Amino acid sequence: MLTKPQILEALTEVMDPEIPTISLVDLGIVTGIEINEINDVSVTLTPTFSGCPALQVMEDLVRAKVQTLKGVGKVKVETSFDIQWNSDMITDHGRQMLLKHGLAPPPKHHGYIELDILSDVACPQCGSRNTDMRSPFGPTLCRSLHYCKNCLQGFEQFKPVA
Amino acid sequence: MQALKELLYKMADDQLIIGHRNSEWTGLGPILEEDIAFSSMAQDKIGQAQALYKLLHTMGEQEPDVLGFMRNAEQMHCCHLVEVPISNYAFSLMRNFLHSHAELIRFEMLTGSICQPLANIAKKYRGEIKYHVMHGSTWLKQLGNANEDSNQKMQQALAGCWNLALGIFEPSPYETDLQKENIFEGETALKDRWLETISPIIGKASLKLPPHNEWTPAFGGRTGNHTLHLQPMLDEMTEVYKIDPSAEW
Repeated sequence: MLTKPQILEALTEVMDPEIPTISLVDLGIVTGIEINEINDVSVTLTPTFSGCPALQVMEDLVRAKVQTLKGVGKVKVETSFDIQWNSDMITDHGRQMLLKHGLAPPPKHHGYIELDILSDVACPQCGSRNTDMRSPFGPTLCRSLHYCKNCLQGFEQFKPVA
Repeated sequence: MQALKELLYKMADDQLIIGHRNSEWTGLGPILEEDIAFSSMAQDKIGQAQALYKLLHTMGEQEPDVLGFMRNAEQMHCCHLVEVPISNYAFSLMRNFLHSHAELIRFEMLTGSICQPLANIAKKYRGEIKYHVMHGSTWLKQLGNANEDSNQKMQQALAGCWNLALGIFEPSPYETDLQKENIFEGETALKDRWLETISPIIGKASLKLPPHNEWTPAFGGRTGNHTLHLQPMLDEMTEVYKIDPSAEW
């Protein structure tokens, strides 16, 4: 009989299609795992952004991964808003992995977002806080654009979302 | 059920149509960051429309793609504000500011709705639309206070948008049902909160609301009576889909 920790463990190997250093588990979007007595598995994901174009791809990746587990029955993967994602759900390990990809991790916001929290961010290259926000919208829905006045480089932040 | 469907349709159609209009700035934005901002907001809004259509589908309506792409203007429930052409950048910015503020308040109100799937969606959307509102409010203050020329352009945009924006709050035939069943507090409550929220920002941007006696809300959109601009926009938006509606993408 398969167990939830086994499934979760397997899903730590499924990476975000747009940020390949962070797993879907560390991103905090795996919100439900159900296993029945004949090893049918149902996984629920919650979208980071409702308009995220990677949603379908993530569902497919999760389904393919769970299907590789020994003894698994039918696999169902669905996306649901019942638990709403916010950026505080990214794990500490996940934050390290965002940095590894060159993205500033989102600050913990505890439910409250204003422009200030978005612009007070350390440069992922040199660590300086002497940075400017250039735009709250970046190349993907989850990123904002910044500039470091210390190392004179542009960088992106994974946006805090409440 | 009908009351809830009417509410979902108008929210979803507003998101789809303003999302499509915002996307028309892709490649044309006055500066790169604004090109990206309007494209991102378009993507958010169209994604939000999709989840609302999915919810309608669970209530017996057609598939999301059919709802988004196969209806004609008279079957759409969007307000006139979202369907008129993008005009100049000041107009598009003002429209997005006025509409996003109304959406944010609407979704905040809906987080307490008795309809749980809608309340869950509303909790998600308010975090996303918060960014649209910050974008609009920042630019409004920036351009309203920059110089005479930018102030004048924003003032003209406000005058052009105002009665259209009041049309967002066209009362539905189901207002009392929605209130009685604790689904939604209604368009009048929404409009009052919206006015309270945007008036100080408009003041800080050194702009003036049109005099009260000139307020004539552009109603009709919620019942399928649209401006001449909607059908051509739908024709363009759905052109590729309609070549082969059964195609797998």
